[in-house]
Amino acid sequence: MNGRTDWFAHLVLCLGALLFLLPIWLVISGSTLDPAAIARGELSLVPRLSGLGVYASVLTQGSPGAGPVWRMLMVSAGMALAIAFGKIIISVLSAYAVAFFRFPFRMTAFWIIFITLMLPVEVRIIPTYTVMSNLGLINTFPGLTVPLIASATATLLFRQTFLAVPDELFEAARMDGAGPWRFLRDILLPVSAANIAALFVILFVYGWNQYLWPLLVATDPKLDTIVIGIVKMIGTETQTEWNRVMATAVLALLPPVMVVMLMQHWFVKGLTEGDK
Amino acid sequence: MASLVLENLRKNFGAVAVLHGIDLAMASGEMLVIVGASGCGKSTLLRLVAGLEVPTGGRILLDGSDVAPLDPAERDIAMVFQNYALYPHMSVFDNMAYGLRIRGVAKDAIRTRVDSAAEMLGLTPLLMRKPRQLSGGQRQRVAMGRAIVRQPKLFLFDEPLSNLDAKLRVQMRAEIRRLQRRMAVTSLYVTHDQVEAMTLGDRLLVLHQGRPVQLATPMEVFENPANTYVAGFIGAPSMNLFPAALSHGGTAAVFSPGQVIAFTDGRRPGADGRKLILGIRPEHVAIDPAGMELQIDLIEPLGSETVVIGRLPDGELFSVKLPGAAPAGESMAVSIPAAHLHVFDAETGLRLDPAG
Repeated sequence: MNGRTDWFAHLVLCLGALLFLLPIWLVISGSTLDPAAIARGELSLVPRLSGLGVYASVLTQGSPGAGPVWRMLMVSAGMALAIAFGKIIISVLSAYAVAFFRFPFRMTAFWIIFITLMLPVEVRIIPTYTVMSNLGLINTFPGLTVPLIASATATLLFRQTFLAVPDELFEAARMDGAGPWRFLRDILLPVSAANIAALFVILFVYGWNQYLWPLLVATDPKLDTIVIGIVKMIGTETQTEWNRVMATAVLALLPPVMVVMLMQHWFVKGLTEGDK
Repeated sequence: MASLVLENLRKNFGAVAVLHGIDLAMASGEMLVIVGASGCGKSTLLRLVAGLEVPTGGRILLDGSDVAPLDPAERDIAMVFQNYALYPHMSVFDNMAYGLRIRGVAKDAIRTRVDSAAEMLGLTPLLMRKPRQLSGGQRQRVAMGRAIVRQPKLFLFDEPLSNLDAKLRVQMRAEIRRLQRRMAVTSLYVTHDQVEAMTLGDRLLVLHQGRPVQLATPMEVFENPANTYVAGFIGAPSMNLFPAALSHGGTAAVFSPGQVIAFTDGRRPGADGRKLILGIRPEHVAIDPAGMELQIDLIEPLGSETVVIGRLPDGELFSVKLPGAAPAGESMAVSIPAAHLHVFDAETGLRLDPAG
């Protein structure tokens, strides 16, 4: 009985995995095919090994309508890292203030941060654009990243994490002579390392996948992110070289996957070592 | 080594007064235990001395200088917390060394001090472990080590043994006492456990609802409790307390119709009929065939002795501690030896000593 359910569960699991894998496999295999064949709708599931050269070609030379992919990867990576680190630094500091210090209007500050949760990027995009334009930050890297750095979600998460840290730890550090900065650096951050790692993964992927804001604020092709680049490569139906688009899509997939896999190791390590 | 003096130390949380003015003078090297039920303000008192709370009024003098405006770090005080508060990501060595590093002590000096503290506490083989790899007793030792390496003027202990199991608690209790004597550091120790209080303290400070009730040596507190609260709190099982009235011109007390006890230590002040509370410790109650009848409710054998809980003829709960095994039968006859009697005023609860 038990063996049979296991077998059945395994089957469902395999089917599910296949379902998720199929589109990705289709893109990988499609990227190696002849563009004309794809245009005719002859999408084979078997990759054509001789077509692998397309990767080198998109990476270095780019495609009609978009620059070389390595450049777009750099822009995307820069943006995603700046957003992830920026968000973590800002939210750790604001959560630290809200969770550990008593000052006038502390809860007001907290609620103002909390309310911004209800306003997604899309809603505040026009005023944000105006502000960036007035600051002369259109078509610059700071303009691309700074508006996306403020984060209520991360602040909220860190506040909860910090509240779970026993008060005695803070007091013991005070008796040991650690000031607020030392406590943050020596105790609080190491103790919250697992949470920071988990949040970094989420924020990196969030930054990597940004589409609307980069589209608006950066018209200079030098600031094209990989997501924008893929869209730009898709021209009219007949002119689009679908194998190049698919190769770019595969390349766009790699960095987030790498970050997830790399951080997963840290994440699990943090979970098993954490003892609060 | 330092003396500690508290002068009219008060603390309010909002409108609620938690401490109503504590005066205390501790000699250098003394171990003073603050004892009281939970919520009596004993932890608050400790945190005021530590600098973790700001006093509402009063002064804290450490070696004669007022430390009240100083930060905890500047007071040169070390504290052992109830839940140990070890830094979970640091090794035992780093936990102990952290305070010294912040103070800018030289590296080899840190090593020597941590090593000798570890030696003293039997932690040497564990120095590279993380706190989560340690047992409760070992964590407790690390917390003490962290306090010792600092070589502070004052040790504060906030119920350090309450998270340990009973056997370990007894063992650590002796260890703390030995260590404190050896290092001769002035220490304040907070506990709700009266056995800990009796065994550890040079003197006890009994707190009740934010007020100091009695400050004396453990034996003095045990033998001459200042009021009914202390009488009931110190000693296990707690003292039997029952209402009575003064009679025979102050030389005796009457209780539960007809029973008369003559005081052996002299007459008490007041008119006949003054309301009293009498107290007798369970271990002092005598078995006496001519005495009162005690209906037995419950027998608690403790091995070397037995606690019998029963009711007197008037329904008053009464406990008796007997050496050896429990008596057979549903009742026993007991009497109250006048020599061990404690007399309190019923209105104020204060101890009533013989006049003159």
